[in-house]
Amino acid sequence: MVSAKRVMSDLRVYGRGYLRNRVGLFFGLIFPVILILIFGAIFSSNNSGTITVYVQNQDAGPFPTPLMDVATQFIDALNSTGTLNVQLAGASENFTQYLSDHSSADGIIIPANFSANYMAGTSVNITVYGNPSQTSSAIVSGTVNGLANEFNLRRFNGSSVIGLAQTTVNTQQTKYVDFLIPGLIGFSILISPMFSLVSISSEYKKTKLFKQLSLTPLTKMEWLASKVIWYIFLSTASFLLMVAVGVFVFDAHVTLTVWLIPFLILGPMLFASMGMLVGTLTKNPDTAAVIGQVITFPMMFLSGTFFPISLMPEYLRTFAHALPLYYIVEGLNAVMVYANYVQALIDIAVVTVITVILFVAAAKLFKWRED
Amino acid sequence: MIPIEISSVKKAYGNIKAVDGVSFSVKEGEIFALLGPNGAGKTTLIEIMEGLRKRDEGAVKILGLDPWENGYELHRKIGVIPQDFTFFEKATPREAVKYYADLFGVSVDADGILREVLLEDSVGVVFENLSGGQRQKMGLALSLVNSPELYFLDEPTTGLDPNARRAIWEVIKGLRSKGKTVILTTHYLDEAQQLSDRVAIMNHGHTVAMGTSDEIIAEHGSGERLEIHGSEKLASYVKANTELKVEYDGKGLITIALREKIDALVALAAVQQSGLDWGDIQTRRDSLDDVFVKLVSGIMDEHGEITVAHGGNNSSSQRRR
Repeated sequence: MVSAKRVMSDLRVYGRGYLRNRVGLFFGLIFPVILILIFGAIFSSNNSGTITVYVQNQDAGPFPTPLMDVATQFIDALNSTGTLNVQLAGASENFTQYLSDHSSADGIIIPANFSANYMAGTSVNITVYGNPSQTSSAIVSGTVNGLANEFNLRRFNGSSVIGLAQTTVNTQQTKYVDFLIPGLIGFSILISPMFSLVSISSEYKKTKLFKQLSLTPLTKMEWLASKVIWYIFLSTASFLLMVAVGVFVFDAHVTLTVWLIPFLILGPMLFASMGMLVGTLTKNPDTAAVIGQVITFPMMFLSGTFFPISLMPEYLRTFAHALPLYYIVEGLNAVMVYANYVQALIDIAVVTVITVILFVAAAKLFKWRED
Repeated sequence: MIPIEISSVKKAYGNIKAVDGVSFSVKEGEIFALLGPNGAGKTTLIEIMEGLRKRDEGAVKILGLDPWENGYELHRKIGVIPQDFTFFEKATPREAVKYYADLFGVSVDADGILREVLLEDSVGVVFENLSGGQRQKMGLALSLVNSPELYFLDEPTTGLDPNARRAIWEVIKGLRSKGKTVILTTHYLDEAQQLSDRVAIMNHGHTVAMGTSDEIIAEHGSGERLEIHGSEKLASYVKANTELKVEYDGKGLITIALREKIDALVALAAVQQSGLDWGDIQTRRDSLDDVFVKLVSGIMDEHGEITVAHGGNNSSSQRRR
């Protein structure tokens, strides 16, 4: 029934037309790369791993031996945690004014006679400035607290019993760009097939091009198959381009395995079918474009493409589970970032079911000719 | 086998009867034109014959097949140019012909076919940059790819300049000389007269006349008549002194219906006898135009729209605008 020769012939004409159309090429290949460059640049600059903190040391001594300058030792210890980038403020500065001048909320004051009090076992307080709503402040106070505990223990036992672990949270954390790449691959799997098929299926209906094609031996199944194959090809090209940019520009950690293949095949097929359905079920190209956007835009933002689902409120998370793209992005993350193949398998299953339903519906409802 | 046989075909869109009981058959090698104003039902009828539309009632056999039920089989054997032919914007005529050849599983000389439709100078121009005439020629080229015996051409020259029209006419005449059967819809009278062996005039979903141009004129036109430029007085004189049917148009033209050729002599003798002045004389017969106007109650403009209601006068229709 389906002739591979006719599919290839249609694919050749369609692909050549696509490559001659610069707008399509831009959205299919270049736009996702631009997004990865922009978002990658914005978020990776924050990811240097250290938090700048201003420290005012009011303890001027006197210190009979350098060993007795506990304040300086404390500051050196803060610096060597790797979490904080310590900047010293002059002892005479008005510290709150100083912080404000440096647009910072994070500061530490070591009080006068800190070392002497420490040696004498007299209680003394380090003041930590911070903004409770910022994670950086929590990290600063946590670090200071940890160091204070260590110094307390050292004071009584004369040796360090509990040290501050030198590993930082950062090395365990996946970088934003690692997570951005699967998201944007999902984005490009959605955008090109969906918008193209919405547009051509409604345009061809209006200009009666479908009627003309129905007068040839090409079947609608063959026509649809050629479009799906083209967008699988395009999505794969886009995928390789984005991974290359992610790895070479942002040093992203990406795992490439055969597990990615089902997503790169099913994804374009799913959204080509969805676009086809929108174009088929609407009356004219204008309505089709609007409906296409109404479906696409929420999906584009709420499926974990640009931002992790975990950052969203509960009701949006529930909503996200109704979006087909969610399972593709979740699956791509499971494969590329977490190597969680059980999760990937579940996502592949869900995506397969949705794809089959949409493809069959599109093939059934889409008509070459009118009654 | 008779290529086309249709009888009592009906198709309605809601309350509008687009095709309301049309019957005819077309012989092999014949060029058959469906002539009528826009909205007469020509395209609906031709699409029913092509298998692009489902009929409500009636029997249709195209090359012995039911076009709706056996469309896929039929389409390999027919060539079609739909109204307002369109194609993929970024494909060239040469690519289009090769594409159709692949789809039909035939091997063709693409440039040869494009030469045949006089498109050889634009084989590599993408469709969106082709002119209206070039696009229609490309459509014609595609309909030639599977070398069909039967062609359906739906308004192949609408909106084209005279040169492009004539070029397409040449290709259609070429089809005739090869013995192909062609169904053509048009709202150009000259096109129907120039190209077709037989014409069916359609109006409001009916065929109002059918046959060769001469047959239609003979059946629906008034017979031969003598026209004399002269005064009302002369008209009255001829009327009083002969048994002929004489009409005066109030502007100096006397029309005398001729039942037989000899009536002309009788009329002229009376004119001479009157001693009154008279000018040019000529005999005239209804043209297809005259019959067409009579049958579809109006005059069509170049887009196939009826502009003047028959029997009304120009000033009333102009006032409405």
